[in-house]
Amino acid sequence: MSHDPHAHDAHAHGDHGDHGHGHGVEIPHGSMRDYVIGFVLSVILTAIPFYLVMERPFSNGVTAAAIMGFAVIQILVHMVYFLHLKPSAEGGWTMTALVFTIIVVAIMLSGSLWVMYHLNANMMPMMDPSQLP
Amino acid sequence: MSTTTIPAADEPVRFYDFDEHPHPEGYSTMLGFWIYLMSDCLIFAILFACYAVLGGNFAGGPGPKDLFDLPLVALNTAMLLFSSITYGFAMLGMAKGNKTQVLIWLAITLVFGGCFLGIELYEFSELIHEGAGPWRSAFLSSFFTLVGTHGLHVTFGSIWLITLMVQVSRFGLTAANQRRLACLSLFWHFLDVIWIGVFTFVYLMGMLR
Repeated sequence: MSHDPHAHDAHAHGDHGDHGHGHGVEIPHGSMRDYVIGFVLSVILTAIPFYLVMERPFSNGVTAAAIMGFAVIQILVHMVYFLHLKPSAEGGWTMTALVFTIIVVAIMLSGSLWVMYHLNANMMPMMDPSQLP
Repeated sequence: MSTTTIPAADEPVRFYDFDEHPHPEGYSTMLGFWIYLMSDCLIFAILFACYAVLGGNFAGGPGPKDLFDLPLVALNTAMLLFSSITYGFAMLGMAKGNKTQVLIWLAITLVFGGCFLGIELYEFSELIHEGAGPWRSAFLSSFFTLVGTHGLHVTFGSIWLITLMVQVSRFGLTAANQRRLACLSLFWHFLDVIWIGVFTFVYLMGMLR
């Protein structure tokens, strides 16, 4: 039992030294094309929101919705082209962890904002001395 | 007296293998590091929630429109974006096994990371100089906590980067060093993703508020 694994280990190490992606340890790396596409898209998706806010061609509401949309798209671009996120990576566990985190973050952010908005809305009049009996 | 059950004549004999089988060294590092990043994501989510709740409480002090300098933020964003792609080039060098290329691109990444930190510290010192430090209002407390935590992450990422440059130059692109570079790559790009949230929700939305 103790002979086989060592042979296997040594073999795996040899592979790593040579190519950097031997069987067993999967080191994700993209291609030059991936990085350049990701970079160009990021620059565009960063420049547009800054332009929208600095020059204000639209009303506040439209601008806010637009820059949030661009942020979401840019986060997706970074995930795909820089973090090399694939549904198949690590047997799907990276994607599972990511989806779980997104769900928790969404519940926490929307829950906090909802609760605190109502707290403010209901508590603020009490702060005004003229409203006190 | 044996407790082993003897299988019936027609039942196939089954063996259950409970031994821990050896895995190649570091086989779970990438997944483990990803899960760490997800927990880090929760820290930032909490700080974003704090900022979202407290960001409008100026306590009669200055608001985002009086304080933020968008061209400076755009420059900062560019620094982080450049450092992201130069780290990508270092990873491409690693895939080719070219140690010199890895070291050169890591050094360029470090310069961009340093510029980002320098600009951020300059911005913070200007704010504090104007009397808009973290003590001024709930808005500024949550702003400094959120942006400062991101800056602290970049600082530790830069220390890690220097450590890995020393490691690679001394020991070469060994399997362990490749794994470490891949982890730092995830960390570095992850910080860029967080920065997208920061410049969108803190700076750009702040100017609209």
